[in-house]
Amino acid sequence: MDEHKDKPLSPYLAGGLSGLVLIASVWIAGKYFGASTTFVRSAGMIENLFAPEHVAQNAYFLKEAPLVDWQWMFVLGIIIGSLIAALTTGSFRLRAVPDMWQGRFGSGRASRAGAAFLGGVVAMFGARLAGGCPSGHGLSGSLQLAVSGLVALVCFFLAGVVMARLIYGPGGGR
Amino acid sequence: MKLLLGLITGLIFGYLMQRARVIRYDKQLGALRLQDMTIVKFMLSTVMVGMVGVYLLHDLGVVKLSIKSFDLAAVILGGLIFGLGWGLVGYCPGTASGALGEGRLDAAWGMLGMLVGAGLYAEAYPALSASVLKWGQLGKITLPQALGLNHWLIIGLFILAGALLFWWFEKKGL
Repeated sequence: MDEHKDKPLSPYLAGGLSGLVLIASVWIAGKYFGASTTFVRSAGMIENLFAPEHVAQNAYFLKEAPLVDWQWMFVLGIIIGSLIAALTTGSFRLRAVPDMWQGRFGSGRASRAGAAFLGGVVAMFGARLAGGCPSGHGLSGSLQLAVSGLVALVCFFLAGVVMARLIYGPGGGR
Repeated sequence: MKLLLGLITGLIFGYLMQRARVIRYDKQLGALRLQDMTIVKFMLSTVMVGMVGVYLLHDLGVVKLSIKSFDLAAVILGGLIFGLGWGLVGYCPGTASGALGEGRLDAAWGMLGMLVGAGLYAEAYPALSASVLKWGQLGKITLPQALGLNHWLIIGLFILAGALLFWWFEKKGL
């Protein structure tokens, strides 16, 4: 499909630089990377518009209050940072269906949107049960050698490989 | 100030993830189909660099660790549920945000699903905290504590194993 003119950064370099950014964040702000709690807070904010009494009584929203905190701004920053990178390298594309998905299921937008939505529901439920996502457990947990982070990361990939195989079938062919 | 730091940290992280392409569906499924290890290279590089820096600063008494407790059943079950959802949506919470920034509309559907998943988890939380979340609470343990070994020995072995894995990826063209 459309090949981008920009040359990608090496994942080793970009990953290593991200490690330095993380160290600086822990040093300066005392904050480790994470993303999934932000979705809890945001869900609480949205529910607050319709049923504030319900949110006020929920034990989980008492634990993770519906407010904008460091991590919420961090996730907002990811969206804007990626937008800036995409615009400045000419790689911004409005696309509804990824190439690999299109190769398997065609260019129908509705089926991809439905799968993405359903996958999102399941993934977030699991991340909250596990206590974190690939950022909080996978990066921040693993680099502190937390047993919870390392075990979660292995489980993420194991089940992810199973689902990928269910969707695309076995074998390495594209 | 905390909020501004969160935004800046996210901006840089989002920029780096976009430039290394790790926020794309094709890259995440590429890893889960064991065809393209770009995201694994990125994550492990972040972890290896972050590990050395954070533990060094911790030994100097400058930073605190933030270990998530290892609730055995919740981490394993939640991790596996996350992985199944991740294989379907093709984005984790952090990368979905980045993918939205570079114009991927399916990531928006995924994030909408994640908000719903977070809301569902909040509803299920009272029942879960009386059951699954209680099973096998092993506390905030790290690998060095669990094994009774010096953390620098484990960090050294981790980096050696990571380097060998990178070498193998490059040899196999993954």
